[in-house]
This record gives sequence, structure tokens and C-alpha cells, in this order.
Amino acid sequence: MYVAVKGGEAAIRNAHRLLADRRRGDRSVPALTLEQVMEQLALAVDRVMAEGSLYDPGLAALAIKQARGDMIEAIFLLRAYRTTLPRFGYSRPIDTAKMLVERRVSATFKDLPGGQVLGPTFDYTHRLLDPALAGDEQPEEPEAREPAQDGMPRVSEILAHEGLIEEDGFLSDGEEPADITRTPPEFPLGRDARLQALSRGDEGFLLALGYSTQRGFGRNHPFVGEVRIGEVEIELDVPELDFPVPLGRIRVTECQMVNQFKGSMKVPPQFTRGYGLVFGQSERKAMAMSLCDRALRAEELGEDIVAPAQDEEFVISHSDNVQATGFVEHLKLPHYVDFQAELGLVRQMRSEFEERRQAAANQPERKEAAE
Amino acid sequence: MREDDGSRRRREAFAVLAAAPAEMLARLWRESGLPDEGALLRGPETGLVALRGRIGGGGSPFNFGEATVTRASVKLPSGEIGHAYALGRDREKARISANIDALRQKPDFAAAVEEKILGPLRRELQERDEQRRAEIAATRVEFFTMVRGED
Repeated sequence: MYVAVKGGEAAIRNAHRLLADRRRGDRSVPALTLEQVMEQLALAVDRVMAEGSLYDPGLAALAIKQARGDMIEAIFLLRAYRTTLPRFGYSRPIDTAKMLVERRVSATFKDLPGGQVLGPTFDYTHRLLDPALAGDEQPEEPEAREPAQDGMPRVSEILAHEGLIEEDGFLSDGEEPADITRTPPEFPLGRDARLQALSRGDEGFLLALGYSTQRGFGRNHPFVGEVRIGEVEIELDVPELDFPVPLGRIRVTECQMVNQFKGSMKVPPQFTRGYGLVFGQSERKAMAMSLCDRALRAEELGEDIVAPAQDEEFVISHSDNVQATGFVEHLKLPHYVDFQAELGLVRQMRSEFEERRQAAANQPERKEAAE
Repeated sequence: MREDDGSRRRREAFAVLAAAPAEMLARLWRESGLPDEGALLRGPETGLVALRGRIGGGGSPFNFGEATVTRASVKLPSGEIGHAYALGRDREKARISANIDALRQKPDFAAAVEEKILGPLRRELQERDEQRRAEIAATRVEFFTMVRGED
């Protein structure tokens, strides 16, 4: 017999109404504007865009407000929204060497063209809470200085010549880059598909995996060759125009990790590389991504696969926090029928177990009686 | 050769319009007195563009996310067709930009478009970038060496 259970409509309606009330909070406190979120919680907006895999600061700000600041819920909202839009095409690859740089540091080369530019960083702050920020004190205007005109080539270009550092990654010629939003990933993946998954992957998950390689689970001896943050131009080829159409600029963070490598049967000793590219100002994520990218190249470089961070299927299958939260959180939805069935099964197994135990307890007596 | 030059300049106008702050563009358009006569052929409509980077910065391309893009196409009564594309979801900005692209193809209007719209926008965008470059330059590290020991 199957009994359909209905109900909860009124409860759901009222729960959503309550949610809207709690989201707004105390009415005597002014409501947040999306401009405030975009301007003053900019790095939260960046994270939602990166893991939502959709560059649109206004929508990310709306998602953060709607989700009451729950980042994964906001990311979920953005992912759901993107499925409602048509795809106009694929951009030309961005050129990070032409970036309007806002920050650029290298941990490997002190004196490189363009120099070490700190930009708006938390580094070297003392991590002391600032009571002044509880009010509305106006900060000083930023210092300005005549910019140097020495350009800022990527660190990888500066070093390529000696051959001691491997080149940028090249896949087989003429192949269209993988697109995991169109074709579900099948293992083993190409590096292009892995990078796409990592770029939208959960920052916390990738950070933990990157950290695990530093602690010895798949150690790969990393140095930050370069981290750069800034705006890059987007261009799109369209059939109606005979030139690549400029669409405007987006902010990205790029990390070039350089890894010491003792060589293997396949590859001579050299520095190998891991790459990170993420929407917005997301240095931690870009660094974690490049550590994971390098760890996942174990097979290509002939290394033993001994640690979780080197296991492609493990990393990529669990890096997407929208998938992860969907599967974990669905457990709280009604499973009444499944659980009833399981309960019946466990009751039966328990009674069989009791019967067997009874039988075992009776056996020695019978043995005695037989003697 | 001349066609290439025309494409280059048209492309530069697209770049200025795409980067333009929507409110400033709308204000300049209103104040310009240019005819707002383009009939919409397509859009304004919002969609996605998949964004590509390169492995290691200069290697093979890979997809790393998407962005919202809004586009529009218009046709003037005299037949010129204008297009517009820009990041974001601003439909009015796309419609105005497509009109401007169409008008600048007409010799009678090209100079007014340049003077009243593209010029002021270009100056604004350049000033913003220069300001930003100068603020960032002030955070560049100047290393100096400490002299230690005798001699």
C-alpha cells in the first residue's frame, strides 16, 4: 500500500514570510542597499561571483542580501540565475600581461620589472580590531605618486629563457577548450577542464587541500612566482562585426606558483608550475587553486599519487560547493518512507539476530544433555 | 587599408561606450540633442559570455567563468545599422550605445558624436585610470640596503 502524504503548504508559506521578516531584521535599522554591499563588502561580492561562476557585481550583491549573508546560499542563487540566460559566445582569452594592475607581488624575485606593488592588501596589518570602524569616520585620501613606465610582464615570461622553469601549459593544438557547464566532466580530465572546475571551486575546500600539500600530503615545494590583481579587457568575436568587440573590463586575480621538482623518468629536474585564475580580488583562492592545479599534475609529471590533493576524481568531484550543499542538505528533507522501510528491515534483522543468539545459548545445554 | 582604419576607430568607440558609466552616458546622450530615432532590430537583451583565460597566463585557452553581457542593434531611418555590446545588464545603455554606433557612421553626425559623447567619456575614463595608477604606484616597494659592519 502506498499512502501519499500532503500538507505543509501553509507552514511553508508562513516560514517564507518569517524568513523575509528576519532577513529585514529590526525595521528601525536602515535597509542595506546593493551599492553598500558592492562598495563595502566587495570581497564577499567577489567570492560569490567566483564560486557562482558569474561575473556581475550587482547580482552578487543582491544574492548576498537575499541570502542574509550566507555565502553558499548566495552562490547557489547566482548559479540558478545563470541557467536562465542564453549564451552569446566564448570570449577571446584574456591577456593578464596587459592587466591594469592593482597589486602585484613576487616571493621569488625582489627586483623584477614593474616592482613589488602592494595595492589594497590586508598583509602587514596587525589584525587588531579597529573600533573607529564601528562609526563612520572618513578615511584619508590615498597617497598618489607618478607611476613608473617600466611595464609589468608576467614573471613566467621573465624567466622562461633559461629553460629551468617549464613553459606555460600547452594542450594539443586546435582542440576546443573543455566546458564543464556544457559537457559533464568525465575522468580523467584535461588540465583545461580541471582549471575550470577549480576556478569555481569552494575556497575553503581548495585552501584545505592546498594546505595539505604543504604539510606533506603530496608535497610540491611551492614558491609564489607572482600574484597579480587587476582589471583585464574582455573581447568577443561576433558574426555581425569584423573586429573583436570590447565588452569592458573585469577584475581577476592570477597566481603563478613555481614548484621545485627533482625530475622523474618522464621529466628532467626543473621548476614546474601551478596556475590560478579567479574572479575578483581573491588572492587566497587563486593561491590555493594553483597549489591544487600543480598537485593534480602528478600523473602528467610522473609522480606517485599518494595524497588526496593529487587525486583528480576526489578533488574535482567534491570541489563544487553548490553540488556538495545540495547533496548534504537534501538529507533534511522528508525521508519518511525510506526510513520506514529501513526500520522494518532493522526490526527483522534484530529478531533474526535474537533467534540466533537464543539458539547459540541453548546449544551447550543440549550438548551436556546428550552426554 | 582605409577600411581597417575605420574598423579600428569603430572598435575604439565600442570600447569607450562599453566602459562608460551608464548614468554619464545617459546624461550626455540626453544633453547632446542627437536624434533618438534608431528602431530596435534586436534586443536590448541580456545573455552570457563564457570567459577564457590561458593556462600559465600564455598557454592554451580554458574557460574560467561567465559574465552577463547586454547587446542591442538598431536601424536608423536612413538605413545605418548600429550595434552595442557591454558587460552587465543595462538595457538602456545598450540601446543608447547602438544608436551612437549608428549615428557615427553618418558623416553629418560623426563630429557631434565625437565631441559631445565619445570625447567626454574618453577623458573621464582616462582620468579614472590615471588616478588609479597613481594610487597604486604609491604602494610600490622601494627596497634599500642596510650597510652593516665596518668599511
